[in-house]
Amino acid sequence: MYKFILKRVGMLFPTLFGVITLVFFMLALSPGEPARVILGERANKEAVEKLNAELGLDKPMHVQYVIYLKKVVQLDFGRSIKTGQRVIDEIKSRFPATIELAIFSMILASVAGIFIGVISATKRYSLLDYVSMFGALFGVSMPVFWLGLVLIIIFSVNLNLLPTGGRMDIRYYFVPITNFYILDGLIHFFKSGDLGVFLSAVTHMILPAVTLGTIPLAIIARITRSSMLEVLKQDYIKTARAIGTPEHKVIFKYALRNALLPVITVIGLQFGMLLAGAILTETIFAWPGIGKWLYHAIESRDFPAIQGGIIVISTCFVLINLFVDLLYSVINPKIRTE
Amino acid sequence: MSFLKLFKSENVANNSESIWYENWQLLKKNKSAMFGLYIIIFFVLIAIFAPVVAPFDPYAQNIDIRKLPFFSWPYILGTDDFGRDILSRIIYGARISLVIGFISVSISLIFGSFIGLISGFYGGWIDKISMRIIDIMLAFPYILLTIVIVALLGPTLLNAMIAIGIARLPQYARIMRASVLAEKAAEYVEAEKSLGVGNVELMFRSILPNCLAPIIVQATLGVGSAIIESAALSFLGLGAQPPTPEWGLMIASAREFVSSAWWIVTFPGIAILFVVLGFNLLGDGIRDVLDPRLKD
Repeated sequence: MYKFILKRVGMLFPTLFGVITLVFFMLALSPGEPARVILGERANKEAVEKLNAELGLDKPMHVQYVIYLKKVVQLDFGRSIKTGQRVIDEIKSRFPATIELAIFSMILASVAGIFIGVISATKRYSLLDYVSMFGALFGVSMPVFWLGLVLIIIFSVNLNLLPTGGRMDIRYYFVPITNFYILDGLIHFFKSGDLGVFLSAVTHMILPAVTLGTIPLAIIARITRSSMLEVLKQDYIKTARAIGTPEHKVIFKYALRNALLPVITVIGLQFGMLLAGAILTETIFAWPGIGKWLYHAIESRDFPAIQGGIIVISTCFVLINLFVDLLYSVINPKIRTE
Repeated sequence: MSFLKLFKSENVANNSESIWYENWQLLKKNKSAMFGLYIIIFFVLIAIFAPVVAPFDPYAQNIDIRKLPFFSWPYILGTDDFGRDILSRIIYGARISLVIGFISVSISLIFGSFIGLISGFYGGWIDKISMRIIDIMLAFPYILLTIVIVALLGPTLLNAMIAIGIARLPQYARIMRASVLAEKAAEYVEAEKSLGVGNVELMFRSILPNCLAPIIVQATLGVGSAIIESAALSFLGLGAQPPTPEWGLMIASAREFVSSAWWIVTFPGIAILFVVLGFNLLGDGIRDVLDPRLKD
């Protein structure tokens, strides 16, 4: 067990090193000089060279690489070309928005997905099963950005129920404490008795969370169903039924527990994907998170920001995957010996 | 030796023919897979015969008929903000999306399978190095990897295809490597080795055909996701550029009119949904036939 954990954690460092290296060379070898981006196309040659020297871009590639490595280890990604702010500060200020969105999407996807999957598996070949599995298939076949816009058309434009974007109504002025607005809204409510901030945060969350959560929901529902069907075939379930255990106990206590093993892995992997998938959802809903920020950085070829953004998102992705692997080994003893 | 080889390869040829036929018979019985196949055939036909089927020129602008609503005869699905017929643009868009889907999957299929085959077959340091690189590529969420590659190469359709192809390549390499490792231990490989069959022949003629099943499944499902991803790239301005009738781009350019002209956004999305649904249904069906273990 400890050997497995050590081995798996040990693999983390070469992977992260690889990610950091790959990002450096991708950007270093890509066309377009950062100095030209900052100064504009019409800047004269001397100014470009001067700025290159300031940015350290006149040094040989391997020297730049070593400097870059030293800085990245200290989480120093330089300053954004566009805003002049430190990249790490920009990321820090936007990360809570993305995490909050990802968590809510994932809660929605997991709860609904597992529920639909269990119902489909227990009522196999019923109309309900066909409808939900066809729905799940639609869910994975849909372009997320389109779904977001269709939801806006239905719920914001026509029914006028939910806001089209942003995290909070502009008429609410409040000082965020945690930067997780729903949590902040609750804190605000306990302090002042005003529920408005909280409700505003929740209503702003619904459409983006549904949009971002649809694909994971569909995937989780499909996995839960097939995993449940597999478990329900096992002998111990037949025995439990034979000795007269109530059906709900068979399903939820005996079957679901074992069926959830692969589901948990999928939930973890999907959560990692969500952080990157947020690029599209955040752009559509003007959600001020790291995805939208990274998209604008890419658009304006803001190299330090792109570097920082990719490294942070990929690192989170790698860490989440590691966590999922370890969790899986804890709850599934079979894997430890392998 | 030559006799034995002849005997074996003939046998294999007969067998594999009948296996493909048998699989096709099984697949034909799967209604949803067939439904998926019909959807794909429908879109392929539309794409091929676009100039015949499309009622109007997809590029023709007409200021007098801007944003005509859905069902304004003869513009069945309405017109966009430049007065272009949406139905015609969707029909021409099928060409672009299908081509992107097939080409980007071919890129990941060919290069990914090759890497997987080589590293699984030779093992040793070749395997170690290539799997390390694959691991690093998998450490990026692929959506992010795609966006970054295309942003660096420059926003064109061709680069979008290349980016999608590269970002999805690790999956194919992994699947191929796993099947090669399993296949390499089989007795027929040992037998051929002892008969002095060369490595290249062994890899491509004996092992590769037996490793194709999971790759075919992955590729069928992959066309659908490649179509969605390319539309997403165009939506972000990183793929097709105006005035190309690309579905993702059509959705993006109509974003500002969601409140006044819903049909411009909605119909290209439905087209994407159905094509991708077709590939997913067919892919699931093929998986059930080729790998019954995965069937629930």
